[in-house]
Amino acid sequence: MTSMGWLLPLVQILIVLNAVLIAVTYMVLLERKVIAWAQSRLGPMRVGPHGVLQPIADAIKLLLKEDITPARADKWLFTIAPIMSLVPALIAFAVIPFGGHARIFGRDVPLFIADVNVGLLYIVSITSIGVYGIILAGYASNSKYPLLASLRASAQLISYEVAITMMLVSVIVTAGTLSMVAIVEAQLHNHVWFVFVQPVALVVLFIGGLAETNRTPFDLAEAEQELTGGFHTEYSGMRFAMFFLAEYANMIVVSAVVTTLFFGGWLPPFPNVGWLAFLGWIPGWMWFLVKCFVFLYVFVWIRATLPRYRYDQLMRVGWKVLIPVALANLFVTAILKVWL
Amino acid sequence: MHDWVPILIMLGFATGFAAFNIGASKLIGPKHPTPEKLAPYECGMPPVGDARERHPVKFYLVAMIFLLFDIEVAFLYPWAMALRELRWVGFMQLIVFFAILLSGYVYVWRKGVLDWGRDRD
Repeated sequence: MTSMGWLLPLVQILIVLNAVLIAVTYMVLLERKVIAWAQSRLGPMRVGPHGVLQPIADAIKLLLKEDITPARADKWLFTIAPIMSLVPALIAFAVIPFGGHARIFGRDVPLFIADVNVGLLYIVSITSIGVYGIILAGYASNSKYPLLASLRASAQLISYEVAITMMLVSVIVTAGTLSMVAIVEAQLHNHVWFVFVQPVALVVLFIGGLAETNRTPFDLAEAEQELTGGFHTEYSGMRFAMFFLAEYANMIVVSAVVTTLFFGGWLPPFPNVGWLAFLGWIPGWMWFLVKCFVFLYVFVWIRATLPRYRYDQLMRVGWKVLIPVALANLFVTAILKVWL
Repeated sequence: MHDWVPILIMLGFATGFAAFNIGASKLIGPKHPTPEKLAPYECGMPPVGDARERHPVKFYLVAMIFLLFDIEVAFLYPWAMALRELRWVGFMQLIVFFAILLSGYVYVWRKGVLDWGRDRD
């Protein structure tokens, strides 16, 4: 292996990590702006024109805040919990294909960090680790509301995990591979985005994604009226910011996974239709980012629109609606796959 | 194994980023602790007792059935990959597997484990 061979992954990792962190901070601004517009307000306007520098001001503010460790808290777990929340959300991006291959400086450069043959399984298992961060945060705080919120959040996460993984199995049966890159290529070879093959899976996966990221209407863990602030009530300063970053990074992960599995990743719309061939002139990574952005917008849109579920309703939807639907979908997918 | 090296590097970078930020804010931020500030937050009231008390058994039940179902779903991954070669043999195996899974699911449902709101003994 040449020295350049080691340099490339390093550059890719730094670019992706920085891009994700910038995207996360601006996601917060986007959310505040869109919700403000939905409520006939202006949102942040003071820092920079139309508040575009607000995320930077927020970051500096959080860095300069006093970092409190409550007297009764478990000191080590209290510090480890936010790290355990954020790190899985960040390293899930390692297998997301942002594009196919590009020619940069005459070299064939893949626009993804790693193409492991168990990519989808990797994402499922890595994002599941985030639950530990939440439950450790509640336990280490040794405070009533955070502990209750972390129990609620972890019960919610694991309830929706089952339906999500079953739906992913349906997608795997359709694509016949676990590699994220190969799933996109399968959509190219089948001449159809999987959203038209597996529409039910998309709906269940997106509902599950809302629940997995603790977003409205499933933000039970952060029900302010009942639980003050959720599992991070006792957190302040940068450790609070880590949970915040993790939540938004997880939203981007869900959007990226949905884009890759159902909307053809970096492929332009209908790549096989002749008169739409001009869309292929736009680079693939731009298509990927546009599709991701649409889903991120839907996340915010849902938050601005829907009220919160009740906890028993949440559990009923997860266990009694989504799981039977997921089982039926997998059954039908398997029949069609074997038949055709 | 070669594909996993970048992922490990990324794991190092991500952990370093999180640890660095927390450490930096610990160094830069002000420190004026008072007993009230360090007390657990209970809406301004003096905290009563320890937080780690007994909790509803429903959370435990959910965790347990999650383990069962998720392990069963984990078995489906290799099956899904091999379905193209297994054809109808693989499909019949899925039927048997689903029958076992469904019987457990129906049992859990009938026992009321999935009803969160209703009180039961």
